[in-house]
Amino acid sequence: MPMDDSRYWPQGTTRCKPIPFLIWMAFCLLLGGWAMHSATLCLWKGLNQTAMNDFFAFGVWIVVDLAIIALGAGAFFTGFMTYVLRREELKNIINAAVIIGFICYSGAILMLGIDIGQPIRGWFGFWHANVHSMLTEVMFCITTYLIVLIIEFVPLVLENRQINKVPDLAFFAHHLHRIMIVFAATGTFLSFFHQGSLGGMFGVLYARPFAYRTGVAIWPWTFFLFILSAIASGPSFTTLMVMLTEKASGRKLTTHKVKMMMGKVSGYLLTFYLILKGADTLYWANVTLPQMGVSFWDMYRSSYGIYLVWLELGLFGVVPAFLLLHRRVRESYGLLALAMILNCLGAVTNRFVFTIQPLAIPVLPFEKWQFYWPTIPEWGISFGVIAYGLIIFSLAYRYLPVFPQEVELNK
Amino acid sequence: MAFADKFGAGKHRFGMLIDLDKCTGCGACTVACMAENNIGVNYDETDKLRSIAWMRLYQIDNGKAFPETEVAFFPRPCLHCEGEHGHHTPCVSVCPATATDYDDETGIVSQVPTRCIGCRYCVAACPYHARNVNWFDVPWPGGMDRGLSPHVSPRMRGVVEKCTFCFHRYQQAKNKAFIEGGEIAEKDYQTACTQACPSGAIVFGDLRNPEHTITKLLAANPGAFRLLERLRTNNKVFYLTKRDWVRRLADNYLAHEKLPEVKAG
Repeated sequence: MPMDDSRYWPQGTTRCKPIPFLIWMAFCLLLGGWAMHSATLCLWKGLNQTAMNDFFAFGVWIVVDLAIIALGAGAFFTGFMTYVLRREELKNIINAAVIIGFICYSGAILMLGIDIGQPIRGWFGFWHANVHSMLTEVMFCITTYLIVLIIEFVPLVLENRQINKVPDLAFFAHHLHRIMIVFAATGTFLSFFHQGSLGGMFGVLYARPFAYRTGVAIWPWTFFLFILSAIASGPSFTTLMVMLTEKASGRKLTTHKVKMMMGKVSGYLLTFYLILKGADTLYWANVTLPQMGVSFWDMYRSSYGIYLVWLELGLFGVVPAFLLLHRRVRESYGLLALAMILNCLGAVTNRFVFTIQPLAIPVLPFEKWQFYWPTIPEWGISFGVIAYGLIIFSLAYRYLPVFPQEVELNK
Repeated sequence: MAFADKFGAGKHRFGMLIDLDKCTGCGACTVACMAENNIGVNYDETDKLRSIAWMRLYQIDNGKAFPETEVAFFPRPCLHCEGEHGHHTPCVSVCPATATDYDDETGIVSQVPTRCIGCRYCVAACPYHARNVNWFDVPWPGGMDRGLSPHVSPRMRGVVEKCTFCFHRYQQAKNKAFIEGGEIAEKDYQTACTQACPSGAIVFGDLRNPEHTITKLLAANPGAFRLLERLRTNNKVFYLTKRDWVRRLADNYLAHEKLPEVKAG
């Protein structure tokens, strides 16, 4: 059969026929085409193709960037738990976590390349680095961590059934695997810091009352809160992607025990995060804001009302934390998925709120609230990054031995 | 505490004093600034969230119905913040590419358009909206480009720009002082907006020099204030007004706070 690609599938597994897979790829490529068109518009004509302006210096791209980087934190944190804390059962999900991390970080960097006004000068952040800027730290860590993720991803690619037949490549993959703890630890260090720096980026904006936070030494509290919310939602997102792949392929990919463990980790971290976030919010509302002459309620008006607090910390915060802490919830496939979806939505809402809301609020008393809604090219690039992720993950699942338990579980 | 003492060490601290009760809102300052600094006119200047004005003129009112309505104008250049510790200017400290810097000698916040990568983090950091992004390639129709000033580089699309207190004029004044010997004379370094203001509402000078008009005026007017002082940006653009409602609109206050109760800065 000319289109038969089964010899590339992982040993002992089956995959869907090429035609449905190609239709799925075509759909993703269609979204990718929309993104390419949007990117061309933005690079050719400029950022005037977006809805950003001098009020909204950041738009949906930065929201998506921050959100996928937070959700991609499953890679470094699962790597940390697997290789450094030696939780052996997580080896069954670490490959998926690494692929998702790679997708999220590379997608974010691709997006930033379009987001900056002068993409050709992107390297100036390294050459003329301002060591006082949180964004400099983010740029350094994101790029170096992407290199680490590539190193973590390479052995998996080399384990493809056909590639692995080349003895030198198999040898290389095997030995790269053996020293993976070094990269897992490096990745943990890098990722930990830039997740924090992304939070610090907003916390240091001391002339923006909504974003500004006090802190310890040079680190505002958002530094620590962003790390926590990332490692609380990252494992949930990784597990959700595995569940989604299970539903799409009709095959069991990991045991439920592994998913439950990821849920438990998410639950405890989310609870810890919410306690600190609650304390931070109370201090900010009662001390920080009044010192600046504004009240908590001044921060939530117009389209960006108090409902955002209830959504972020209530429905997408306390509810999933409560659910994930209960073993009986974690035992149920559906409830576990629901709690994890809510958890991830909480991280996304948090990133949205920190990116957009500080800019919507008029700091000068004689200015007005502004509202931002992205343009079609902005949506195009945002969905394009999602399509890019779907393509990479689908190809990886089809051709690489991502899930060590798959053969056993589908006998 | 003298106004100049609010700022850190450095030979000069150039600042501006704007008497809001003298400002008529004519816009001459903005026009002069645009001509002096090669600021283009965009396709749609009605979109004030994307138009570029280094010196922006805000119209404010007291919120009362006619006949009690009162109107005032807030001319707003870049305020050249110094911050309160270690020149922690809101925008300078965040720029990843060192495309904006705080000059220790003059206290002027510079902008290097050829180094700016267009990440716009500085725009997010500035509460005054003193920073503008070049969302478009500026059109220079009908030979207008031949009227560009050779002293200021026109900016390209995608980068951020802002008021520099006509820094090129400082360089020219410095050259003149070097050639002639002696210090920079007050009249030799004046911003375009200051010179264009027909009502003399804008005064510009070195806050460190007791002979400069701005220093004398500030000494005589201890009630001079700055925009959003409570944010501790420690900027160098001072305002004067005798109207309480105008003063109150220069900062944010909680409902129960009265002006004298507030310790600003």
